Amino acid sequence: MSRSPLPYSQKILELFRNPKNLGRMEDATVSAMAGSPACGDMIAFYLKIDENMVITRASFESYGCAANIATASMLTEMVKGKKLEEAWKIGWKDVADEVGGLPSVKFHCGVLAVGALRRAIREFFKERGRPDWMPEKDTLEEKQALEEEELAKIISKRLMLEEGSEAK
Amino acid sequence: MSQLENVRDLLKYHGNAEREVYLDLENSAPVPIEVLEEMLPYFYSKAYGNPTLTHKQGWEAYETIMEAAGFVAKLIGASSPEELCFTSGEAEANSLAILGPVSGRKGRIIVSTIDPLMILLPVEMLEKKGFEVIRIPVDPEGFINLDEFSKAVDKNTVLVSTSIVNNEIGTIQPFKEIIEIAREKNPDVIVHMDASDAYGRMRFNVKDMGVDLLTLSSYKIMGPRGVAALYVRSGVRIEKVIEGPIGTQALWPGVENTPLIVGFKKASELAFKDFDNNINHMVRLRDTLINGLLSIDDTILNGPKGSKRAPDNVNVSFLHCEGESLTIELSFKGVYVSSGSACTRRILQPSHVLTAIGREYEAAHGSILMKVSRYHTVEDVEYVLESFKTAVERIRAISPTRRM
Repeated sequence: MSRSPLPYSQKILELFRNPKNLGRMEDATVSAMAGSPACGDMIAFYLKIDENMVITRASFESYGCAANIATASMLTEMVKGKKLEEAWKIGWKDVADEVGGLPSVKFHCGVLAVGALRRAIREFFKERGRPDWMPEKDTLEEKQALEEEELAKIISKRLMLEEGSEAK
Repeated sequence: MSQLENVRDLLKYHGNAEREVYLDLENSAPVPIEVLEEMLPYFYSKAYGNPTLTHKQGWEAYETIMEAAGFVAKLIGASSPEELCFTSGEAEANSLAILGPVSGRKGRIIVSTIDPLMILLPVEMLEKKGFEVIRIPVDPEGFINLDEFSKAVDKNTVLVSTSIVNNEIGTIQPFKEIIEIAREKNPDVIVHMDASDAYGRMRFNVKDMGVDLLTLSSYKIMGPRGVAALYVRSGVRIEKVIEGPIGTQALWPGVENTPLIVGFKKASELAFKDFDNNINHMVRLRDTLINGLLSIDDTILNGPKGSKRAPDNVNVSFLHCEGESLTIELSFKGVYVSSGSACTRRILQPSHVLTAIGREYEAAHGSILMKVSRYHTVEDVEYVLESFKTAVERIRAISPTRRM
């Protein structure tokens, strides 16, 4: 028999109620967004990076479900004090483990959080030149974030055509 | 950690709010004590036999079920208790109404784009088996396009299946016109109406309507879950869809659940007792809720206003505010509601009803559905409105979308 797993753990609920490092960072070295309101899932990630390429502060904003908020919050904690190279290596499964596990329907929340972080790091090196440890091509998390955004665009466009409403 | 330990920890952390207001009557309902008291003896001391059997407890069960069927039949204007078939729930009744009449046939089936999934999914199944399915579009308030409907009904149409009241946005369809048009265009078409969200909240009469099949819900009038009924007009050609030994009902195999049927009957009695006062009370609460919620910035009402809206239905979208987060935030305050957000659904798609009325995805993700009952009070609604104000503010403060 298959029973749907409970979407949330106590840990996720705790992070949802008391997220850490929440809010826009005015003096961020770099920032990035992933997702879109149309997919119901969006994360903004802000990083303060020092001259040794160490993340000294990280913060986030989220439009999304409790898993989205919890994973983004957890990731800001995980990257703090880490070198960019180490932060880059954090995968969505690591984040999922840290929040006490995610059911399959919420995997994409962890993916989106990591996607936003990697976009920010990639953005940071845009002018500085890509370091050796950073793959040239988008990683799974970055690709998935992009796919989600593209899908939302396609769906919104189709919806607008169907309903005959004005395009934005 | 097992799922059980997981949910126990979660509940412990959640704790109890000082006040609780349950408005998620769309998805389940508490059963009033007077309904439970009526049901209780039928579990252990009265009419607990199998109604098909030849002894006193069986005959008493038979009598009890027939009385309940007769009672409900009279409320909807059916001519006899024989026209009422009890099932184990709305999904079962709707599946019977959709799959039962088309068995062994071919042709066209007509539904609307905003019918509940328990209509759309069995119809989709028939589509895969070769039926032609026409989904009639609705306007921005959810009203079926009657011209399109009229054009769609042809001589090959075997079934029209739609709802009197939309379960998500409360639109009361021009159901009499729909039936008249269907009959005019094709006298042989079978018309099914899902009245799950109409029964007990508005008056209708199956004979006046001329409907062939009609679904009645128990839990949506705060009766027990696990029981519903399908009205089947005498003479309608329909076959059963679940196989098994037939009890007392030709269209439904199994042993009738007497206590639940008694609960359904009692809930029906209460819904129609002091009917006008109850409805006026619900409409007042509904409108106070709607107006209070719309006074919050960046909100949209889903569905019509006024007399064409079901007296219990409230559905509002909060922009820059994801709906699932909002349901959790409200839960901590003891306010229980549901959302049409993709996040609350296993299929990760927002409500098909909201996208069908032209809502953009963000508005669908930020939608909250609530239903009021005669048991709710003015104080409940005041508490709910206060809770919403702080909850929406908090969730919006987390979001980056307001600057976009």
